[in-house]
Amino acid sequence: MPDPGAEPSAEPVVPGRGPGWAFWIAVGWLAVIVGLSLLAPWIPFVKDPSALDPNALRDGPSAAHWLGGDDGGRDLFSRIVWGGRVSLFIGVASVAAGMAVGGFVGVTAGYFRGGYERVVMSAMDVMLAFPALVLALALVTFLSDPGEQGGSLFTVTLAVSILAVPALARITRAATLTFAQREFVTAARAQGATHRRVIVREILPNVVPPMASFSLLAVAVVIVAEGALSYLGLSVQAPQPTWGNLIAQGRPQLDVAPHIALFPCAVMFVTLLALNLAGDTLRARFDVRELRL
Amino acid sequence: MAGTGTAHLRPAEREHVLRVEGLTVEFAGPERPSLRLGRGALPRARWRSPSGAGRGRPSSREGAQRVQAVSGISFDVCPGETLGLVGESGCGKSTVAKAVMQLVHPVSGSVELAGVDLTRVRGEQLRRLRSRMQLIFQDPISSLNPRRRVGEIVAEPLEIWRVGTPAERAARVDEVLELVGLDPETTRARRPHEFSGGQCQRVSIARAVAIEPSLLICDEPVSALDVSVQAQILNLLEAMKDRYGLTMIFIAHDLAVVRSVSDRVAVMYLGKLCEVGTPERLYESPAHPYTEALLRSVPVPDPSVRPAREPLPGELPSPLDPPSGCRFRTRCPRARDRCAAEEPQMQEVAAGQFVACHFPLVGAATAEQAA
Repeated sequence: MPDPGAEPSAEPVVPGRGPGWAFWIAVGWLAVIVGLSLLAPWIPFVKDPSALDPNALRDGPSAAHWLGGDDGGRDLFSRIVWGGRVSLFIGVASVAAGMAVGGFVGVTAGYFRGGYERVVMSAMDVMLAFPALVLALALVTFLSDPGEQGGSLFTVTLAVSILAVPALARITRAATLTFAQREFVTAARAQGATHRRVIVREILPNVVPPMASFSLLAVAVVIVAEGALSYLGLSVQAPQPTWGNLIAQGRPQLDVAPHIALFPCAVMFVTLLALNLAGDTLRARFDVRELRL
Repeated sequence: MAGTGTAHLRPAEREHVLRVEGLTVEFAGPERPSLRLGRGALPRARWRSPSGAGRGRPSSREGAQRVQAVSGISFDVCPGETLGLVGESGCGKSTVAKAVMQLVHPVSGSVELAGVDLTRVRGEQLRRLRSRMQLIFQDPISSLNPRRRVGEIVAEPLEIWRVGTPAERAARVDEVLELVGLDPETTRARRPHEFSGGQCQRVSIARAVAIEPSLLICDEPVSALDVSVQAQILNLLEAMKDRYGLTMIFIAHDLAVVRSVSDRVAVMYLGKLCEVGTPERLYESPAHPYTEALLRSVPVPDPSVRPAREPLPGELPSPLDPPSGCRFRTRCPRARDRCAAEEPQMQEVAAGQFVACHFPLVGAATAEQAA
């Protein structure tokens, strides 16, 4: 993040008050989750997620298995960490890809306007009009190889990226509009800057910070979407764990061993909450006016 | 008043920096009361795309009203001269500036910069020619990119045109920053929001003069500043003018400011010119009723002086549907039937004073009206 002092239009910052403890707890949690996910193969206490331990069948938390074992006696903690790898990868990769495409569309639409904007933004509206989950189901099915069960990591990421494009395009366009009409853009044109230079040098430095903070919120939305797909059995298939399919797998045993479903749920819940808290705090700083969407 | 004509232009043989003839700018008006958000009825400047597509295109939709922002304005600026352009808000002053820069497409008319008609060139050539004119805006904060450092902002035009080596460019940036009264050492690495409005305006001026333009267009450069700072900025512009032999178009609504900087003053009303003349003539004996009313409305800094009766009745008519004949007639105390029927043309009423009015306050026509 660029230094927060660089934003002149932000609300006056109350002296002596940072973003608050909730923000730092959220950031701390995210750091732990991301750290564990990235380093899972090398951390000694993260076990092999498919190793079966017949002594831990549906066991509750214990010293050997911090979050207990699932119906196959696999270590639930390790499975959540490995599941996080998939869920977070899909979240971050889809938002990055969606931001690249949607951001390009949004910035060019907001800058050039006219007929181009009308055509492109109408296309985005059409995509937004589809119920997201139905579109996701259709995309995964369509993008997967025939006969394949569910989707591969690649097809799921691609499908969710496509879903993310229209919303990101709209928000980028709104952010671009607020700057494209400013006089420094006119001044750059007067100096003889090409359109490409105006976009790269004048528009992007202003649009990227708010979009970066918004993308945290987008990651949360995408993780939910992946969870839903996964729960329906359309995402990455078991035995490869994801948060969604861990929950799905725990569902039939909710009455005998509720922890199998509840622990992944709780981790996902807290992660989404943290993403929203952190994203909201940063977004308030950069003030992307949603009213303008 | 508010007429057309070119009587006030200097002979074409004379050397001009800029010669504008019959400049007309229209914007697409509201088709009907629009409920669409974020895209109001306000005129929206159309950027000239590199391909030149869409330039000067008439309204594509039938029945859409046209905002007649600028209607057939002509003026010229000779080397080293400052032309003051005055008029009330909404009369099209800023649109003239943008149309001269070709940042807005004129519907018709010509804009000759050193003999080249800018309305006929496009693409790379236009980009090149346009950079010989520079703009200074009213809002000093908005005219600087909040995310870039002052050093980068001032260096930008030099970077675009790759003037000299990086070291020479850096030296040039320091030089102009110093010229506008800022300390290069302390300002270079700071961002615009760390400066006051007056300092930001100095940065804008530094940026504008960095590539030594042949024409500097100042669009209300001091209107947003404190009175005490206004004088500093005006002096700075004056100093820049002397140093670089700048030719300027100075747009303002403040008559006193315009008087102090201009060699020639043009008064605009609702997209047309009313009167053109030297400041001395114009301020001593205005020939146009509108100029007279403007001068009468200048406040006198003396509480014991009672303001004259309301200088002008009514409000600026809508540029969507301007009055016929003379555009000023709806508010003019001297309006007669002829003013509605016939648009007045520019005529010389005194040496160096031109007016577009059927019944001017100065010169031969006055007698005619009395008769």
